[in-house]
Amino acid sequence: MVIAEQHKEILDFLYEVSDPEIPVLSIMDMGIVRSVEVEGNQVKVTITPTYSGCPAMDVIGDDIIRALKKRGYETKIKLVLAPAWTTDWITDEGRRKLEEYGIAAPLEVSADKKALMGEKKMVTCTNCGSKNTIMVSQFGSTACKALFKCQDCLEPFDYFKCL
Amino acid sequence: MILGHRLSELCGHGPSLETDIALTNISLDLFGQVRSYFQYAAELKGEELTEDKIAFLRYPNQYRNTLLVEQPNKDFAYVIVRQFLFDAFHKPFLEELSESLDPQIAAIAKKSVKEVAYHLRFSSQWMIRLGDGTKESHAKMQEAVDYLYRFCGEFFEETEIDKEMKENKIGADLDQVKEAFFKTVKEVMKEATLEIPETAWHQGGGKKGIHTEQLGYILADLQYMQRTYPDMKW
Repeated sequence: MVIAEQHKEILDFLYEVSDPEIPVLSIMDMGIVRSVEVEGNQVKVTITPTYSGCPAMDVIGDDIIRALKKRGYETKIKLVLAPAWTTDWITDEGRRKLEEYGIAAPLEVSADKKALMGEKKMVTCTNCGSKNTIMVSQFGSTACKALFKCQDCLEPFDYFKCL
Repeated sequence: MILGHRLSELCGHGPSLETDIALTNISLDLFGQVRSYFQYAAELKGEELTEDKIAFLRYPNQYRNTLLVEQPNKDFAYVIVRQFLFDAFHKPFLEELSESLDPQIAAIAKKSVKEVAYHLRFSSQWMIRLGDGTKESHAKMQEAVDYLYRFCGEFFEETEIDKEMKENKIGADLDQVKEAFFKTVKEVMKEATLEIPETAWHQGGGKKGIHTEQLGYILADLQYMQRTYPDMKW
């Protein structure tokens, strides 16, 4: 993201805002912050939803406003749809945090399709690391996740679907 | 929006936890998508129009949804067949809209089509599992197909507005959508060992605001809060 040197600290503040449904992941790691414009103490943050109906978006907007208000900034949130968010925008750091939290990070698109169609076992269990996993349901606890089960350690876990 | 509402009625009532969650997730996607359209429509129209007014304060004859999506959740077979027929139309329809010269419509469509690909995959798999399942599941699925199929012709009926939008390259070319729809339906129905009804007769009207009685019940439920407490906010 392009931002002037003197405003870099705003990005640090945004790192403190997380997705309420995946609290370990900051919105910066999720790749949903598209741009930040600063003029004096006025900030415009442009964000993009992960899924159209993501109920977390309103909360994220409010959290951004609150986080920056603490530092004396007045913030306006702008929501854009294009270009559409993709799981490729999740940073490497974000992927690592997801896995640590117990959510398997998205595979490459072609591999994802095979995994969700049950053609090939590719998703790694976040509990024991086995690849001997099966999909229980294409839709998990939220729209962005599918529910998997490990056939070795028998633990159920979420898999972040490619989008 | 109407299909989103129908699916939301299943919240806590799905046949299993996984299908319950899947159907309500699809509902959520549809509500998110329709909010984008309504927000844009309200912005274009200006005046005092808001997304809530479009959603909650129209009369039944002002809703332009196709008749298929207002049909009730009679049983799981009806839910799945209705979803599949709609998804098979919705995906190519959005692919067409992705090429719209209106940048906001194209943006909404490009966002939505990724989600709808998952919906179609879900409903197709259930079509196959139940159609090619037991004798009883097959019979129930075939009954739902026989009943609901009559509402599909309406997808491709071109209204004056559809025509104008197509000519200005804002809307979809429904002939293209139709081709893709039948390709998907034939492939999935074949694998599901289900028969496509041969009847050429189709029931339309929804796009002109003439609905089945089902819409009235939906609106009574959907509009209750806004009618009772006008302009209330969540």
